[in-house]
Amino acid sequence: MPGTSIDLGLAHVSDRLLFWAVLAYAVSMLGYAAEFAFDRRSARGVDSARGMSRSRRAGTVAVVLTVAGWLLHVGSVTTRGLSVHRVPWGNMYEFSSMVSLVAVTVFLVLLTRQPVRFLGLFVMAPVVLYLGLAGTVLYANAGPLVPALNSYWIKIHVVAAITASGAFMVSGVLTVLYLLKERWERRAVSIGPGAAAVVEVGTPPAEEVPVRRRGGLLAWLPEAARLDRLAYGVVSFAFPIWTFAIIAGAIWAEQAWSRAWGWDPKETWSFITWLAYAAYLHARATAGWRGRRAAVLSLIGFGCLMVDYYVVNTVITGLHSYAGVS
Amino acid sequence: MTELAQPDVAAVRDEATALSTQPAPPQQPVRGVARTARYAWRRLTSMRTALLLLSLLALAAIPGTLLPQRGLNPVKVDDYIAAHPQLGPALDRLSMFDVFAAPWFAAIYLLLFISLIGCLVPRIRLHLRALRRRPPAAPRNLLRLTASARWSVDASPDDVVRAGREVLRRARWRADVHDGDGDGGVSVAAEKGYLRETGNLVFHVALVALLAGIALGGLFGYKGTVLVVEGQAFANVRSSYDVFEPSRLYSDSSLAPFSFSLDQFRATYQPDGTPSTFDALVRYSARPGAAVSTHHVEVNHPLHASGANVYLVGHGYALHIRVRDPHGRLVYDSATPFLPDTAMFASHGVVKVPDGLPHQLGLTGFFYPTFVSTPAGPDSAYPALRDPVLLLAAWQGDLGLERTAQSVYSLPVASLKHLANAELSPGQSWRLPDGSRVSFVGVDQWATFQVAHDPGKKLMLVAAVFIVAGLLLSLRIRRRRFWMRAAPAPAGTDGGRTVVEAAGLARTDSDRFAAEFAELLQRVGAPPPSAPQED
Repeated sequence: MPGTSIDLGLAHVSDRLLFWAVLAYAVSMLGYAAEFAFDRRSARGVDSARGMSRSRRAGTVAVVLTVAGWLLHVGSVTTRGLSVHRVPWGNMYEFSSMVSLVAVTVFLVLLTRQPVRFLGLFVMAPVVLYLGLAGTVLYANAGPLVPALNSYWIKIHVVAAITASGAFMVSGVLTVLYLLKERWERRAVSIGPGAAAVVEVGTPPAEEVPVRRRGGLLAWLPEAARLDRLAYGVVSFAFPIWTFAIIAGAIWAEQAWSRAWGWDPKETWSFITWLAYAAYLHARATAGWRGRRAAVLSLIGFGCLMVDYYVVNTVITGLHSYAGVS
Repeated sequence: MTELAQPDVAAVRDEATALSTQPAPPQQPVRGVARTARYAWRRLTSMRTALLLLSLLALAAIPGTLLPQRGLNPVKVDDYIAAHPQLGPALDRLSMFDVFAAPWFAAIYLLLFISLIGCLVPRIRLHLRALRRRPPAAPRNLLRLTASARWSVDASPDDVVRAGREVLRRARWRADVHDGDGDGGVSVAAEKGYLRETGNLVFHVALVALLAGIALGGLFGYKGTVLVVEGQAFANVRSSYDVFEPSRLYSDSSLAPFSFSLDQFRATYQPDGTPSTFDALVRYSARPGAAVSTHHVEVNHPLHASGANVYLVGHGYALHIRVRDPHGRLVYDSATPFLPDTAMFASHGVVKVPDGLPHQLGLTGFFYPTFVSTPAGPDSAYPALRDPVLLLAAWQGDLGLERTAQSVYSLPVASLKHLANAELSPGQSWRLPDGSRVSFVGVDQWATFQVAHDPGKKLMLVAAVFIVAGLLLSLRIRRRRFWMRAAPAPAGTDGGRTVVEAAGLARTDSDRFAAEFAELLQRVGAPPPSAPQED
């Protein structure tokens, strides 16, 4: 196994590339925000023709920047792997970087199939935050793997876990948007179109129609039913992969630790995550649970996933303590 | 798991579209216990109960990750109970330190599986029936469905419908013509995506098989650990193990008669002392007298030994020590395993020499593979042998070996007389006050192996494959229906032409179905979408 010589120069290149990727993502986020802003102005009738074209241009620039950021991100991950002569997902920093990369990839793939540019802002924001966190708090210097990780299963098990997590991140974003939009739609219906009842008591009357002002971003989002279907679509992509990740992990554990399943905290939390998403899938087919309640289950699933990575790796000690954070 | 995506089509919620998994309501009232039982059973097997039990199982698992667990670390559990004299025993009574073996945990998952089986059996029956049956006939009013269209053509109703069926069949729809469909019309009913429910059922059946596999391993398997020093051998009989954990229905006959010897153990380390590789070279024989083969047992590469697996789980140093009596006669000559105390393999161990000397002799030792002197005392700076030093203390007296069973790693020093201390490097020897001589010959290594036999493993693996395959089918395949009806145009309106109506219904993913429906319409001869397409 090579891995004794670490190419520090290349590792440095990887760090710089990640910095530029985050920058590109951050600027693309502004682009998506600008698209929304111009769109709203044109919808309100403030120079609508120019607003439309500006909005479209801002959106296009944002997508181009996202793609550029994605390429830089791929570059960063690749150079990291080359610098340490191994797969670039051996500690929490590398893992977080990979998960964000998958989330951006899922967004870009969705974009080629459906008009989901509205998602850009909401995917980029957590990705930038997440990468920021990964690059600072979780950062671990380039180094080789501990022997227990030294198996081809790291390619199978961890890639599946990363892919599912990145997709769950996108579905989590969609679910939050769904819940907000669903609430907005319910209120819009209950007050009736054009009514100003949303204005809180004592608020001075504004120049614009208050409904529109309060629901600016939400009004702009696609209808709740579509957000729900999109979120479900992403979960139904991620869930079998997550299942596979757990199974592959069990097979690996059977080889490395002599038992397939041992209720190690990491195993248990990935199982809890699995149960939560399974509950979500069942809830979507159960009368009285569709919609909001199912969405909450999906978010609980995502919460469990976060516990699985961050709380288990840093607070609870178990066999999966490879965080590299000290 | 498969219900209609559009709740607004109540009009067509007849035989054609109903696919509820709930058992049908009871036909006649049943009295007393039977009724209660039937009610309870229906409740237990409902999707709502499954949902509840799934959530409950998830909740129940959480304490198992927050509190120390006996199965993972019994020492931590004892520490916890000692630190919380009030709470600890109370939690212990609730099996909070054995969550995953607790009766309440088992109750939840067993209920979940009973509920699952109770739900699966009628669903399998239903699905098998659906597979044999023709796709349900077209609802009366096709145009009330969200995805529908109406157009007229010159061909006869029969030809239109038969051509439509061919198109559908070529696209691998299950399509069937229904003649005499009211008003002299003919219709074709088609359905696709049966694999969705098949996958769904396969997934859930595989879950049951997985549980059966786990149970099989838990009932008939065994595992044990054994420490083997370089140059020594292990034979797979129960008495050879240091620790042996049989399962409930285990019998000694399930121990395969293999044996192996540890030729060499090698560990390599990073400059900072973190391990890079472990490698145990063993010579293995499947049964006495069988051919001997050489294997490398590594962390991720167990040795497959006739049904059982042999894993490398730990390692350490064994110190080769010789003791001669004052006349130079050899009374002790053995590699004694020392247990590591730190990541840098500062280790401790005990040598007991009960025979051959006028008084019994005991040696307690501390071993440092890379010796350093620190303000806190001697320590090891690196796990490999760079500057090995052995600190020994000699004790004389009755070791008490006959009276009580005691650990090979401890010595009852309180009742012994301390003779002297020494610091030795390999090759050095030390003369005790009574004239006997202790020599530190060299350092060997030992490895601990875990031997595990799990007869449920194959079943679990097969189940796992079906779990993933079933899940993929049930989540990626869309089930949808398509109907087309052709009838002669009512007299006077469209003289002699044929009116065609078509409609589609997707239970899932209606976004993508809209596109598929439009494409299907084209292929069965509808005019391009610019032409009137109602609703």
